[in-house]
Amino acid sequence: MTALKNITVDDIKGSAKKAGNFMLGLVKKQIFIPIAALLILVIFNLIVDPSFFEITLSKNSAGDPVFSGYLITILDNASELAILAIGMTLVTAASGGQDISVGATIAIAGSVMLRVLCGTDSRPETLQAPIIVAFLVCCVVSMLFGAFNGALVAYFKIQPMVATLILFTAGRSIAAWINNNELPVIKDPSFGYYGNFIPGVPVPTPVFLAIACMIVIALVLKFTNLGLYTQAVGINSHSSRLNGIDPAFIKFLTYVILGLCVAVSGFIKVSRLSSINYSVVAKDIEMDAILAVALGGNALSGGKFNMPASILGAYVIQFLTTTLFKFNVDSAALPAYKAIVVIILVVLSAPIVREKLSKLWKTIAPKKAAKEAN
Amino acid sequence: MFLKKLSNGKSELKSRNALSDTNLLLIITISVFFIMYISAIVFLGSGFLKPQAFFNILNDNAALIILSCGMSIVMISGGIDISVGQVTALVCMSCAVHLDHNGGNVLTAFLLALMIGLLFGLVQGFLVSYLEIQPFIVTLAGMFFAKGMTTIVNATQFNVVHEGFQELKNTRIYVPGMGSINKIGKYVPAYVEIGVIVALVLVVALFALLRWTKLGRSFYAVGGNSHSANMLGINVKRTKFMSHMLCSLLAGIGGFVYFLHVGSGSPSHASGAEMNAIASSIIGGTMLTGGVGNIVGTLFGVLSLNTIKNIVSSLGLDEAWWTNITVAGMICLFLLIQSIVLSRKNKNKA
Repeated sequence: MTALKNITVDDIKGSAKKAGNFMLGLVKKQIFIPIAALLILVIFNLIVDPSFFEITLSKNSAGDPVFSGYLITILDNASELAILAIGMTLVTAASGGQDISVGATIAIAGSVMLRVLCGTDSRPETLQAPIIVAFLVCCVVSMLFGAFNGALVAYFKIQPMVATLILFTAGRSIAAWINNNELPVIKDPSFGYYGNFIPGVPVPTPVFLAIACMIVIALVLKFTNLGLYTQAVGINSHSSRLNGIDPAFIKFLTYVILGLCVAVSGFIKVSRLSSINYSVVAKDIEMDAILAVALGGNALSGGKFNMPASILGAYVIQFLTTTLFKFNVDSAALPAYKAIVVIILVVLSAPIVREKLSKLWKTIAPKKAAKEAN
Repeated sequence: MFLKKLSNGKSELKSRNALSDTNLLLIITISVFFIMYISAIVFLGSGFLKPQAFFNILNDNAALIILSCGMSIVMISGGIDISVGQVTALVCMSCAVHLDHNGGNVLTAFLLALMIGLLFGLVQGFLVSYLEIQPFIVTLAGMFFAKGMTTIVNATQFNVVHEGFQELKNTRIYVPGMGSINKIGKYVPAYVEIGVIVALVLVVALFALLRWTKLGRSFYAVGGNSHSANMLGINVKRTKFMSHMLCSLLAGIGGFVYFLHVGSGSPSHASGAEMNAIASSIIGGTMLTGGVGNIVGTLFGVLSLNTIKNIVSSLGLDEAWWTNITVAGMICLFLLIQSIVLSRKNKNKA
């Protein structure tokens, strides 16, 4: 009889351990961090005000039906950040550093775009060039600036943060210079479709653009060796060279890809307003993009990366921002609250803290199970 | 024969010492600064010849010198601190509110500045060194926090009218033997503000700290290779903690000096100062990878950065964008020089 009891207790202990291991496995998975952060935010909002999740179909000023609600705002506004997070993840993984010039190069990209669309006049009645041409020019210019950063990092072996400090300092000035410091305004409504709504489609266009970018990067990572090579270079560039990979070229390539991401983000940014303000557009977005990568649990010192986690990180940041806005936090005071949340998230996801927590879980869980069994 | 060998060995040792990374970059920085200043005098004439023109660079940038020194120390030990600019803004605002609204005096305001610096240093240092979170993220959060707190303390700009503070702010220390004759033929002695004295004293003190103390040397050791520093018995975590502590403390002092110079509190004060501090450190020959750097170089880095700004504005290229573009070009130039010089030296070694 006692033997039987012992067995059952042991069994239960074992199953508890299994459950514990399952939890540990989940905790150890990288994508756990942004998911946990997102869950915390969702639960917080559910408790405080469930109307946060309401989505209504209403008519906008042009009379077209559009979805509105906080969730749509989050999805919409996080698009640029999510697109940037894609490039930033690759750059971080390959070069072990971050590009702090993305905000400034977004200003350049937007400025180039408007310059092509406006021609010589800063307030034309009609578009001077097709949007697709302007977009392609903008892509090429952004990739050139990305290549400049990449060349400094990959071939001159300058630390990424320092190399991109150059464009960080000069970027907005270059953007202003491209348009002779004028503020071009585009009156053609069709240009605004890409940053707002296409008539008849109730979902904001940036969401589709972001999804398109995600699909492209997913396909690239699936069918090419880019992901593998990037991680190899990030983990040990010397040994990857011995294996026949050109580490300098891979680093260079990641910066060019980030340039492309910047072009798309810049396109969305200027399309939202059909205009640009050089000193304000995409301000501090570089910090948010780096934060997205870090929230995704990627090591900022390079190496392995997890793309979905980074993208999710971008949405978590926007979720947080929108939540804070909803509670009428003054936009100037917003960073303070953001910082507190970030510190909590980062501390919880720090390897040392996680190890301690999982140890704690290990000691608590079996005891609890044993108690229940008894 | 033996003697010859000995002397050979000695000269080898000497030449290697003379060409250590830190010294080489320092020599480049100082010579570039002098070349730039002299050519400014030659080509742009009298404006730069006045001693006051030089002292004005110091007056305007005393706070930046202090911030850059702190930044250099963190960078030498392999970290980075991007919160210093916003900490400066927070210190300005807190001191301004303390003096004018809460009836404090200058001494308690200074203590408040130190407290803010210490607090940021404690938290950031703890998170970076003992919880091993990346310094960029921690100080980024610190920057956000300081930025938000500044507006929470007070959202609008206002000038301080406190009497004791105004007295201190307007104290001028005349430099003996330096001066110029102004348009109406009167002799005007050159002056510096109190902040400059503070900054220069700190530069000397920190130079001594980095050069001759155990803590200072361990900053270099940890930044150069933290693993082997650990093997040597250096407490790596404590050293990193101390570097962040020192940097934030200097940000507090720098914030007070900035406050003394501008005499007001505003959320937009010292915005971008962290990037200027990083740029100055880089121009001064400090490397972000750690282990290489010099405080004197940082001082010259600040001076070079602002001399070029003055040159651009006196060329008549007033637009703000030209200043930024030239500064960026200058950073680019220095980075390329560093990269080429160092890679050449490494090749020679091998």
